[in-house]
Amino acid sequence: MATDILTLDKVNAHYGDSHVLHDISFSLKQGQLLTLLGRNGAGKTTTMLTLSGLLKASAGKIISNGKEIHKLQPEYIARSGVRLVPQGRRVFANLSVYENLIIAAQKRKITHPWSVERVYELFPQLKDHQHQRAGTLSGGEQQMLVIGRALMGNPDVLLLDEPSEGLAPLIVHEVSKGISKLKEEGLSIILVEQNFSIAMDLADYFVVLNTGYVAYQGESSEVRANSELVTQHLGVF
Amino acid sequence: MKKLAGFLTIIFLISIPFYSGEYYINLASQMLIAAIFASSLNLLVGYGGLTSLGHAVYLGLSAYITAWLITKIGLSHGATAAIALTATTVMGMLFGWIALRATGLGFLMLTLALSQIFWGLAYRWVGMTNGDNGISGITRPMPFDINLDQSNYFYWFVLIIFLTCMLLITRLVHSPFGASICGTRDQAKRMTALGFNVWLIRWITFVLASFFGAVAGLLYVYFHKYIHPTVMSITSSAEALLCVIAGGAGTLTGPIIGAFLVMILKNYVSGYVERWNMLLGAVFVFIVLFMPSGITPWVADKISRLRNTTK
Amino acid sequence: MSNALEIKHLNKSFGGVKVTQDLSLTVKPGERRLIIGPNGAGKTTLFNQISGELASDSGTIAVFGRDLTKSPAHLRAHVGVSRTYQIITLFPKNTLAHNVALAMLGTSKRKWEALKKLQLNDPIYLRALELLDQVGLKHRADMLISEISYGEQRRVEIALAMSQNPSLLLLDEPLAGLSIDERMIVRDLISAIPKTTTIIMIEHDMDVALSFAETISVLHYGSLIVEGDRDFVVNHPRTREVYLGH
Repeated sequence: MATDILTLDKVNAHYGDSHVLHDISFSLKQGQLLTLLGRNGAGKTTTMLTLSGLLKASAGKIISNGKEIHKLQPEYIARSGVRLVPQGRRVFANLSVYENLIIAAQKRKITHPWSVERVYELFPQLKDHQHQRAGTLSGGEQQMLVIGRALMGNPDVLLLDEPSEGLAPLIVHEVSKGISKLKEEGLSIILVEQNFSIAMDLADYFVVLNTGYVAYQGESSEVRANSELVTQHLGVF
Repeated sequence: MKKLAGFLTIIFLISIPFYSGEYYINLASQMLIAAIFASSLNLLVGYGGLTSLGHAVYLGLSAYITAWLITKIGLSHGATAAIALTATTVMGMLFGWIALRATGLGFLMLTLALSQIFWGLAYRWVGMTNGDNGISGITRPMPFDINLDQSNYFYWFVLIIFLTCMLLITRLVHSPFGASICGTRDQAKRMTALGFNVWLIRWITFVLASFFGAVAGLLYVYFHKYIHPTVMSITSSAEALLCVIAGGAGTLTGPIIGAFLVMILKNYVSGYVERWNMLLGAVFVFIVLFMPSGITPWVADKISRLRNTTK
Repeated sequence: MSNALEIKHLNKSFGGVKVTQDLSLTVKPGERRLIIGPNGAGKTTLFNQISGELASDSGTIAVFGRDLTKSPAHLRAHVGVSRTYQIITLFPKNTLAHNVALAMLGTSKRKWEALKKLQLNDPIYLRALELLDQVGLKHRADMLISEISYGEQRRVEIALAMSQNPSLLLLDEPLAGLSIDERMIVRDLISAIPKTTTIIMIEHDMDVALSFAETISVLHYGSLIVEGDRDFVVNHPRTREVYLGH
């Protein structure tokens, strides 16, 4: 039975006076890919921001590898192995692909440390453009770069916020393949995705948020057997 | 509610000469003149989104033209005012055309450069401006044979002009054209796509700002009966900018409050506190730290919070 | 009846990079055209040239028979060209009603009125409410843009563009960032636009885009590589190679 690598225990969050997350509780197991679904405004990105420390939880606990991290500053959370790839593909536009990657390198004790070469193996297109200014890359290449940049920190947990947003179908396919490979190598991942078919392909575990509450959570086997479970919470089809 | 407050304020302003000593009446006149000047800059900075560091040039040009026409030529006050306002506004048209070839930092530098040119001219062209000695001996107008040398009459003269200017500016800002000025400040690209001629809107705003700045200059030179090149210095422009920002850029009452604040510190507090400049600086730092959008927005926010809690 | 849009041999470079290469495109009045292509193919750049924000290096752009190539950007709205943006460019500190009213003023002589207050019961605001009703946001008319959700903002974008009764509407990724339920609302909104408005849309969401499109143009590195009706383009090997995957 895989251990819990990241746990949210009754996490609450506020934007000013607005109570946006209510008693969120779920766990990510080691080597698992958990997908966070929900309508816009349901609290998916807010959950990611709270996990990475960019938003302070107003109540509850977040435990990573046995340590409580919810009171730490975001830099320390990142260094402790929980890395966020936020929406928006914000690369360092004036640095080259190589420089973007090397800047993010951080040594940590993990079984297979990451290097620039390994990132290039995962995303060959990055190697083709390695000395190009990151601002001139296409959207898909930038998405691969920001994932690679997070990997250079040798994370235990990767938080991916809508990696396929705004990308052409072919590129979405390539980014998904990359994420799938990461899963195979044992990386634990929380994925926020609007693209339901990607979520279905990759996820081991589903958490559906609705107006800041956990509306449903369960193993993907359960979801595949009864896809209505999820769609009724997303209000689709 | 707002109308009542405005009405009461106007009554208050009218009443000042009835119970105040001459010093305070004169101080009030200066505050109103500064408020007109700050409001003129606010059109450009707060509503147009174009930060200028050279606005004092319009105050200065209008003041110098008036001074020169009255003392060197002996022209009547009416004609002088008309020429000074027109000439300064025309310069505003020219400067606007030059400065708006850029936006942002480039615009800022151009406005600064243009005002520095005239500041330099005011010092060097001694034949016209008396250079560092300045021009003195300006007389105040006598509309309807009223002697404006009396502080209370002059104050009411300034007050009438102040209220007229504020009425015009308020109408402007709430009009469709005013909405388009704010639009160009917030999303210039979108405005262009919607069919607005963004350059033209900005240029007109620039010209209007220079006009009201010229009005302030006219009143300024009447008040002091003297003009000196420092009035066009970068310090003068920067002070006006501080009035606008401290009071609240993009609001109607903001620049007025900012101007009042600066004038009180400069002319009143300076009598009691030797290092009033440091106090001025400290006040601005305080405002930036605790009321970053300016005094008016901060007060408005507190009032609306109070309203919400009592609902 | 002249073509809604006729582009001939359009070229545009940024430094050494050719973002539009000898592009020629024709859209018929009332058509629903979809433009697809990988990121960096020059789709938004093409829109920027049609709406006049970007000047082309060579070639011509004509809308309903009028040559707009050298015409300044702010005049294009007056000829019936309207667009939405990939990144939302609404006026955040203003109400929804004000946003739509401002859009209407853009093509109206009333925008030069400088001394009369724009009252809240002005016919422009009333018309704005009607338009907001069409996108299902009349109940939010008095809220600030910054207070409504992203999905609702996307709908306001469309209301803004429609407020000018455009004859040519350019929609740049109107579904970007929307959740599944929101996509359906916007898709229905777009389908309801009358045929008097010709629509050209850039979109990556294939479910919605393909149901919308009558004709599809595929762009790649600034050139048009495939064009035709839905089935032709979707099954074309180049499209699969470059954009859709296999």
